[in-house]
Amino acid sequence: MTNISFTEVLGPIMIGPSSSHTAGAVKLGLIANKINNTSFNKVDIILHGSFAKTYRGHGTDRAIIAGLMGMKPHDIRIKNSIELAKEQNLIINISEDDLGYYHPNTAKIIFYNNDSTVHTVIGSSIGGGSIIISEIDAFKISFTGEYPTLIINHLDRKGIISEITTTLAKNNINVASMNVTRLQKNKEASILIESDSIIPKSVSEELKKIDDIISIRVINIGAEL
Amino acid sequence: MFNTGKELLELTKQFNCNISDILIKKEFEVFELSEEEVLNKTRVIYEIMKTSAQSAISNPDLYKGHIIGGDAKKMSIYASKGNSYCGETLNLAMARAFSTSEVNASMGLICAAPTAGASGILPAAIITGSEKIDADENSILRALLTSAAIGELITKNATVSGAEGGCQAETGTAAAMAAAALVELKGGTPEEALNASSIALKNVLGLVCDPIAGLVESPCAKRNAAGVANAMVSADMSLAGVKSIIPFDEMVETMLRVGRSLPFALKETALGGIAITPTAKKLEKKIFLKE
Repeated sequence: MTNISFTEVLGPIMIGPSSSHTAGAVKLGLIANKINNTSFNKVDIILHGSFAKTYRGHGTDRAIIAGLMGMKPHDIRIKNSIELAKEQNLIINISEDDLGYYHPNTAKIIFYNNDSTVHTVIGSSIGGGSIIISEIDAFKISFTGEYPTLIINHLDRKGIISEITTTLAKNNINVASMNVTRLQKNKEASILIESDSIIPKSVSEELKKIDDIISIRVINIGAEL
Repeated sequence: MFNTGKELLELTKQFNCNISDILIKKEFEVFELSEEEVLNKTRVIYEIMKTSAQSAISNPDLYKGHIIGGDAKKMSIYASKGNSYCGETLNLAMARAFSTSEVNASMGLICAAPTAGASGILPAAIITGSEKIDADENSILRALLTSAAIGELITKNATVSGAEGGCQAETGTAAAMAAAALVELKGGTPEEALNASSIALKNVLGLVCDPIAGLVESPCAKRNAAGVANAMVSADMSLAGVKSIIPFDEMVETMLRVGRSLPFALKETALGGIAITPTAKKLEKKIFLKE
């Protein structure tokens, strides 16, 4: 049987009312923001399933917005996140839609960034405050954010994966899990790596120097939550 | 280190100690947390519990949900009159359970125990129980750890999710956790603690989860107030020497079995129970139109 620490039974310490519809939603926003990795001025939040039906009562909208602004699930400002976002001149559109075959507590978040890029993240709150990110831009993906995570988009080229893992090994970072996907042969591909230790900025800088790397995202937040 | 109540009891016998001591041992062996670290984390949890159990009594206007609000204050005023059926202790515990539930409903800070929906029971039981017997902080923190051991056993062997097991899995587990904590707090044995948990679970066996409008408010808050009564009643029964005929592990298994056989409509879907009464439907419409 999996071992459970007492803080999982007496916890999480969180803003109510619901661990899945509030605390998990904050985490979803927080990790989506880390994935987007740049400042934004507008965001569309599309709620699916139970999120769409009950978000007002559970404050799911406020929770996701709070996460997008960097708040953690125990931040007492979550309740006022919509007003705080307005003060910061962020444009936020909340809508409801059927996104298809996703977990009932799913949100699609579209970031419109100050550097004119647009990024889309889809994720679900799967219970007890845990989440899963299932799509970034066009890429299907699956990770929880509980481990330090590295997402590298690159051109599909022979040998690039070994160059990446060699760099990690050299920096004493152990790969806990790894998943490789691509949109089309010889076009853009994506690698998702979960590691046992925090991935420092120096390592992502070093990875950037590898030929044919398009983007690198580092999500170290899990350990802090 | 322990996966069943039986194993937990054997360990307390082997080391001649309380359930909380075994929990502390486990946190060190499995998660490399020292006793000091565990107690410090528990102190943080306890402080949050104390605040949430008082806030809605002191400032009811700040902690209104969509449906509920003000009941913590009402209950505490009634408690102070001193002429109730249940007595001041239980009335105060109920007021405190209402308070955390109201704080939770209004997007305030709480500690899930084991869930947000059932978060009112353990704080109310621990705070009121420790006041009653004038327990010191160390005993209170240890009692909280005892409750965590019970919660762990139920999480491992059954479920604490309303969507999976109904309200019995949420407020039933919280009451079982609190009952064991109250027993240890008052110097009862580990057997008596597990015995109290068994009684608490059986008292609400089969309780459905049927929240109005799908919100963690009604009937949740009242079931938290009744849940702390369940915890205290069960602890007192056990301390008086009343034995649960069915042992703890069998009771936990039963709760899971009953939870599985509950229909989908009665497990946090708002498709059955009181959630579909005309009054609930009217409230639901009003809440969602308003916003």
